[in-house]
Amino acid sequence: MSRHLATLVTPIWKENPIFFHVLGICSALAVTTRVSNALVMGAAVTCTAAATGVFVSLLRPVVHRSVRLVVEMLVIATFVILFDLMLKAFWYDMSRQLGPYVGLIVTNCILLGRAEAFALKNPVFPSLLDGLGSGLGYTWVLLVVAVFRESLGAGTLLGFRVLPEGAAPAQALFLPPGAFFLMGLLVWGLHAVRRRP
Amino acid sequence: MNPGDISPVTILIAAIFTNNILLSHYLGMCSFIALSRRLDTAVGMGLAVTFVSTFTTALNWVIYHRVLARGALSWLPGGLGDRVQLEIFALIVFIAVIAAFVQVVEMILERFSPAMHQALGLFLPLITVNCAILGVALFMVIRGYGFFQAVAYGFGSGLGWLLAVLLMAGLRRRLRFSTVPRGLEGVGITLIVTGIMAMAFMAFAGMVRIQ
Repeated sequence: MSRHLATLVTPIWKENPIFFHVLGICSALAVTTRVSNALVMGAAVTCTAAATGVFVSLLRPVVHRSVRLVVEMLVIATFVILFDLMLKAFWYDMSRQLGPYVGLIVTNCILLGRAEAFALKNPVFPSLLDGLGSGLGYTWVLLVVAVFRESLGAGTLLGFRVLPEGAAPAQALFLPPGAFFLMGLLVWGLHAVRRRP
Repeated sequence: MNPGDISPVTILIAAIFTNNILLSHYLGMCSFIALSRRLDTAVGMGLAVTFVSTFTTALNWVIYHRVLARGALSWLPGGLGDRVQLEIFALIVFIAVIAAFVQVVEMILERFSPAMHQALGLFLPLITVNCAILGVALFMVIRGYGFFQAVAYGFGSGLGWLLAVLLMAGLRRRLRFSTVPRGLEGVGITLIVTGIMAMAFMAFAGMVRIQ
């Protein structure tokens, strides 16, 4: 049991995909202007990563090594398309706001990286947990960035006002430079925290 | 303004300066951080990205608008073309086209120009997972560009990425001689310098407008 728990928790904190491997940083910057966007994007990556883990692990006995990359890409693309279609069907506004970034999960290195490094070598259940963990590790980083950007940049959180009326929001945080600065500072902070014993 | 009316030249300039794929759409960050460590790798990857993005955008435009888009196959007999919905496969097709194109280019280079292959060979396989290339294809569909607009956009985005990674590699070369706080070394300082660069590029904002 504790081994399974470790599989789930390691990618969330100790080997966080964004900070530890610097993977998937594109979308982490792009969709974090609103907390709601970050939540949906996090859900998308978590679902697709978990599903990809399960399927790649299931396909292990039948897929030859030489075609594994193609198969992995196909599995990932299938789940991303499924999520994209569901989002378009049930929450069209959100789908418009996220624009191409849901489709771009296909090239998000977290999914392919975990499929290659973990699901290809492990049974189904641990692969599911690893996918979930990687997705959650990605999601919390997005949420932290989004909370900063939305609360200080627009003065709201999930649409509710948090800054007092009349306080001017720092719109710079909404713009690309703000995203880069915030991410850089976050990386710095996390390194500082982690080095402490 | 209707996106169909913008001239390809405007789109080209906008894709390089005001709507830079990296600095304003954050695409291609992974390889940007990894390859801006050295000037020569930055140039190699930048050229490869420009080349692949120009040609795959053209290919993907043709495939999307002549095969996948709604109504593109309505010439098929028996109303078959109106009944099939191929749009949902766009993502898989785009990826496949990019991967296949990269593979073919690699084989051609290996056969006819070993020198070029030596210079770019290492970067070509990496491009398949560079999200900037797929991003260009998806933006082209979302914004409804025509063929020449799409090609200009693909070429401009590649050049924009090349410009950004080149500048970054130059800056990081200087950065090596400065004392950076320990936790900020590597990724952290690269992100912050990219932020400053994005801010500098915002000065171009009044030049052209495509959105």
